Order: sequence, then C-alpha cells, then structure tokens
Amino acid sequence: MTRDPDFERLRAALQAPPASDAAAKARAMNRAMAAYEDSALSRQGLTPPLRPLADRAPTVRGASAVRRVLKSLSVKPLLAATTSAAALTVGLVVLLPQSEVQTPGGGPSELAQRSQDMAVPSPAEPPEAAPMMTRRTAPAEAQPERAAESTAAEQGDAATPPSLAAPDSAPMAEGPEAKGFANAGVNPLRVTAEAPVSAFPAKIGTASYALVRSSLMAGALPRPDAVRVEEMVNHFPYAYPAPEAGEPPFRANVTVMPTPWNPDTRLVQIGLQGRLPEVAARPPLNLVLLIDTSESMDTPDRLPLLKQALRLMLAEMRQEDQVAIVAYAGTPGEVLAPTPANQSATILAALDQLETRNPLAETAGLTLAYSLAEGMTAAGEVSRILLATDGDFNLGVDDPEGMEGFVARKGKTGVNLSVLAFGRDALDEAVMQSLAQNGNGSAASVATLNEARKVLMDQLTGPLFPIADEVTIDVEWNPGQVAEYRLIGHETQALQPGQSTTDAAGMGAITAGHQVTALYEVTAPGSPALRNDPLRYGTAVSDAMADAAATGEMAQDAPELGFVRLRYKAPGESVNAVIEMPIVADTGTGPDARFAAAIAGFGQLLRASADLEDWGWDQAITLAEANRGEDPFGYRDEAVTLMRLAQSLAQDAK
Amino acid sequence: MLMDTSDETLALAAASGDHAAFAALVTRHYDRIFGLGWRLTGSRAEAEDLAQDICAALPHRLRGWRAEARFTTWLYRVVVNAAHDARRRAAVRNRAATGWGDWEISRQEAIAEDRAAQDWLAESMARLPVELRDTVALVLGEDMTQAEAGAVLGLSEGTIAWRMSEVKKRLRALATEEAKA
Repeated sequence: MTRDPDFERLRAALQAPPASDAAAKARAMNRAMAAYEDSALSRQGLTPPLRPLADRAPTVRGASAVRRVLKSLSVKPLLAATTSAAALTVGLVVLLPQSEVQTPGGGPSELAQRSQDMAVPSPAEPPEAAPMMTRRTAPAEAQPERAAESTAAEQGDAATPPSLAAPDSAPMAEGPEAKGFANAGVNPLRVTAEAPVSAFPAKIGTASYALVRSSLMAGALPRPDAVRVEEMVNHFPYAYPAPEAGEPPFRANVTVMPTPWNPDTRLVQIGLQGRLPEVAARPPLNLVLLIDTSESMDTPDRLPLLKQALRLMLAEMRQEDQVAIVAYAGTPGEVLAPTPANQSATILAALDQLETRNPLAETAGLTLAYSLAEGMTAAGEVSRILLATDGDFNLGVDDPEGMEGFVARKGKTGVNLSVLAFGRDALDEAVMQSLAQNGNGSAASVATLNEARKVLMDQLTGPLFPIADEVTIDVEWNPGQVAEYRLIGHETQALQPGQSTTDAAGMGAITAGHQVTALYEVTAPGSPALRNDPLRYGTAVSDAMADAAATGEMAQDAPELGFVRLRYKAPGESVNAVIEMPIVADTGTGPDARFAAAIAGFGQLLRASADLEDWGWDQAITLAEANRGEDPFGYRDEAVTLMRLAQSLAQDAK
Repeated sequence: MLMDTSDETLALAAASGDHAAFAALVTRHYDRIFGLGWRLTGSRAEAEDLAQDICAALPHRLRGWRAEARFTTWLYRVVVNAAHDARRRAAVRNRAATGWGDWEISRQEAIAEDRAAQDWLAESMARLPVELRDTVALVLGEDMTQAEAGAVLGLSEGTIAWRMSEVKKRLRALATEEAKA
C-alpha cells in the first residue's frame, strides 16, 4: 500500500465522492434490467421476465417491435443472414460455410460472378439502349453557356414556393443523435422555363442506407434529416448495360415511368454505368490494414465481423499482392510485416491475434501505415490503406494541417486511404467522409457480413482503375414536355449545372465499374400536379427552346422530355469528351427502375416528405417486393424487410 | 440470501439466466461504478451517464465473464475502459465540431477552462495525464494495491509503481507552485 504523505491530500479528496443519486440509480437499474431481458443471457434462462413491457424505456419498446416484425416474417433464414448483430445478440458470423472461408482461390469467383451479373441486361430491360452520340469538344467551348445557365438556376431557386419545405413534426428517432448530419430541406421543385438545366453528381455515397438500416434494426426510426434518398437509391446495384471495349467509358440508361406516388407526374431514372474493371489484368495491390483495436470494437458487429470479411477477401487476393497489418488504440504497432497474400496462414494467424484492449498510449498508427505502404510499393503497383474503425480517429497524427492535410499530402504520393466504419454509436460521418475524400479513397459503413464483403471486394477491383476525370452530368429539360421537375434527394449537394463533383472535392477520378443513378419526378405542362402557374411572359431561354421545337429540331412523334449530357476527360487527357443521350417518353421499364422508385419512396417516407401525399408504406412495400428481380446478394430482400420494420415503428410512433 | 452470496457466484448465475441474481449484482455495485466514474471524470453528471451506460451494457459484457478474475477487478476494468471510450468519443466530437485546423486551439481552451476551476482536486487531477489520472483514481481513490490496480489496467505492478512516482513528482511541483503563489 502506498501511504505516502504526498498523496494524503489527494487520497482524501478522491475518497469523498458525491453520494449517488437515487433517481439516477433507479434509471440505471431499469436500463440494466431491460437490457438483461433483451439479451441472449435472459433467453437462455427459464425465469420469466421481471417487469411488463409497458414499464420499459422507449428504446427497449422499439427493440420489441423489431422482434415482432422478425417473428411475423416467413423468410427466417434469410433474415438471420442479414440482420445486424445489434438487434439479435446471436453472432451472424457463424453462418459462413467453412470451405468458402478457408480455401484461397477455391470456389467460384465472387467477383467474376458480380461482373457478369452487371454485364448481362435482364430480359425485362429494353434490348437496346437509346442511341448515343460521342463527340469531342475543346474545353473552352462549354464555358460561356455554363455561366448563363447558372444564373437561370439561381433564379429558379429564388422562385421556390415555401410550401414545399419539409414538415418539422416528423417522428423522431431515439438513440444516438449527436452526430453531425448536414442535410437541409427537401430538394425544391424547379420550373423548366426558368431553370431548364439540372445537374447531379457523378459520385454518390451510400452511407445513409447503412445508417437507416442500423437505426431500424436498433428499433428506432432514423432522424428524418439523417436520411438521404439519393444515397439509399445508390446503395443497390442495377443491371445497367455496360459499355463495350472501345466505346466511351460510360453508358447512359434512361427509363421513364408513371410516378408511383403521383399519377399526374412521371419518374425519369437516369443510370450511368462505367466501363467494368478488368479483373484479370489488375496491377498488384499492396494493402495495409489499419485496425482500431480499442475496447469498443469488441462487439460481434465490429472486430469479429472485420476478421470474417478479411478472410473472404484474402481468398480473392493473388500471390503478387501483399498484406500488412497495423493496429492502433489497443495492441499498438505493426502486427504483421508485409506478407505475400498467398501466405494466408500467416495472415490469418496475425488477424486472430488481434485483441481489443484499453488503449494505454496514442500510437502513431497512421504514420506507420503510410510508411509501410510506401515501402511496399514498386513500379506499377497500387497501394492502399484500409482504416477499419468504429469512430476512433485518434490516429496519432501530429501535423500542422491536421489529419486531413496529412492524408491529402500522402494521397498525392500514390498511397490512398479508404475508411470502413463499424457500428453506429461512435461513428462520426463527417470525419469519415473527410478522411476518405482527402485520402482519395472511399468510405463505407458496414453492419453485415454481406456488406463488408462487398466493400472489401471493391477495394480489390473498382477503385484501382480510373476511367474518367472531371465528370459533369447535366440534364436539360424540354419545356414543351416538362413544365416542372424535381431531383429526388440531393439536399446536401445541390450542384449548379456544369459543376463537377470531382471539382468540388478537389480530386477523385471516376473508377471502373462505377454506377450512379438519379431520379427526377417531372410534370407535364397542363398536368393537374403542377405546383406553379405558368409564366405569362416566358423567358429568353424558354422562348429559344420553343423556337427550336417549332422549327422541327425536335421530332414530334417521339417527344423528347430532355437531354442528358455527360462531360468528362479521359485519364491523362486535357480535352473534354461528351456523351449525349435524349430522354424519350416511351421507354420500357423493368423491375430495376420500379425497385429504384420503391426505394426512393421508402427514403421519402422516412423523411416524411410531403410529395408523397397519400402514398404510404403498404404501397412502397408492395412495389419493392414485386420488383426484387434476381437479387443475387439478397440486398433487395433485406430492403423489403427494413421497410416492414420501418412501417411497424412508424405505427408505434403514432 | 442473495445479499450474502459472493459476487462471483451471482455473476455466474446471472450469466446463465437468473434475473434475481443479475438485479442483486447491479444493486450491490451501482455505487461502486458511480464512484469510480466520478474519480475518473471528475463530474457527477458524467459519472451518472457513464454508470447508466455501463449498467445497460452489463448483460452483454457478462457473457465475456469467465470467472478468471475477481468480479470487482473485472468490473473496475469495464468502468475504466468505458470512461476512456467516452473521453475519446467526446474528443472526436469536439474535433469534428471545431474543424480540423482548430484541434490545438480547442485543446488549449479546454486546458484554460480547467485552470479556471476553483477546486484543488480538479486542478490536480487535470494536471495529470490521462493514464496517471486512471492510476490515481484506482490506487488512491479506490485504495487498491499496486498489484490490484495493475490487474485492472492490464499493466505490471512495476508500471503502476513508476506511474505513482510520476504522480508524486507532479504533486510536489504543484505544491511548490502553490507555496509561491
């Protein structure tokens, strides 16, 4: 025992804590008992529950709603495979067949299969996409008209009726809310005569879907402003036809269908598919895993899930690939020196030794990871750091420009950084996105093994091959056919026409296999769904377009609703290339388009959007369920389950 | 009957589904969790939040309890880790809120605020680096031997002894400053 006079004053002070508060203690006891009843421990036992359901805290009532829905569903095995471990305390990691896990290179290549699925259009799709034209223009040509359009768009903004703002009375979520979401009101309706050109970004994240899922699985509706409809729509792969070798790097795919939630408008889906990655010819990859081993990673949906997913990834890696592992915040430092990927026994052993621990000192994890990656890189090879964490970004970087500057500088040396985020409570989306953007990589939230596998497989292929730079996508609407339009989602990133997302982020080539989907709800002139009165005097832009229509530049028998223009630069080139495609009214629609519409509806229901009017959960679920298509990875099945869950929670909240 | 049963027996019973045992265990140890939480954070509100979170997570954690250590040692470890995680989350939040370039500024401001605190205890504790603070909370606050504190923190007894001598140096420096003032 230390009985040192120097310590006595501190000892006395420390040993006189304030008495614990009885009310606080009772609250803690209630939460503990509720958690106990919900835990696997309680279900093992035979003792009946101590307290009735009505007595519990709100979050727990939500969890019981989760169970109710789980019980009511007939697809139990599938559910078990996709349910987050936060809702069911049984680990989902046991569901993998051993053979698939342990044999590197054995079994059918997941990757090849996925590429095939994307390449073959489903039978319900129109056999030929509408004709496309490619031309090359000097960069200067595009500039003056851009400026005029921007001004027009600003005017359109100012004319937005206030009645379209999102209602504030939407049901709120329980649970962690301290995270910073930047998400403004509903994307406004535009009048074509005032702002005929609209733009959407070529890169759309998918983090919002993971967030929505983990929130619903934890038994709470997500906060409406945490829901990003465009990210939810882009979470799903669609079977767009891919460009062939020798064609431009993108292929546009446009469908027009009646809007499910409004019979008087139409829904235009614009899907862009980038050239598929050459799986066989990819350069060797040096992968440094930077793994957060702090105590909070020690739940089944975090470190154990990562280990499982890495095993699967390892099976797809090649002999010339190398893997190194750095841990931070727990077991500090280099856990595995650079090792050829075919020595899977060594790598797996190092993975298994990772243990979460109370961090005792900051480790310079990120610096170490970069120096390892730089040391592994030879000419023609690709190096990537994959940061796996649940929100501890305390990476021990001591840089005057902060971690962001450090990562951006390192990104220029050819080593890029991707972030894989686990769990929900500690996750800080803003930090995660900022790191990945500056590190020239991608960020993804992961809650299930399927998803972890998808994200890791993407690390092996897609992001390795840039196919285009400085991509801008503009859609010009024909005022003769479309009086008003609304880009669904995109509240955070309203782009000016011609503005490139890659400009905005200051980096970021579009890589092979890239896919992006945008949905517009458009209203024809004279439709009862119009929200704005027509302009009495018109505008210069609409007059010019009306003239063009009158002089027969637009064929009347197949009316064009609008025109898609995609501008890009081929990697390493300085001239713009343009891909153009008209939006025609009578395209066929397949299950892909209808499923995307159902997800857009799902997102808008979660955001309590006024645009849906009477259209509700039942309609969204029916539409999604009928259009699941082949769904080889079970993504769409899972979405239907989540929609049912959300419906049940929304009813609870009433 | 339950009140006489050892912690270890109660924990095993709770881990195999005995509600009453779990309830007895939480009732018995809430004050201990709260007390250590206060020693680690220096704030009543934070200690209450921490204790509540720990209680709610206890069923999950108990599954990992193998009766290899004394229950209280294990519980102290849970509290120290939870306090550490909470501190780190708060740090990340602050950084995200103030922007990347402002890390150092906000850290300096936080230090300044701490200095402004009137309480001698708060000042002394705030002067200690985090790992020394954890050690002090256990050795002085909880009256543990250096071996016991080592078991909780996953460190050797020697490391604890070294840390306590560090603490002593810093306390003496503080006393000298006070004498001058």
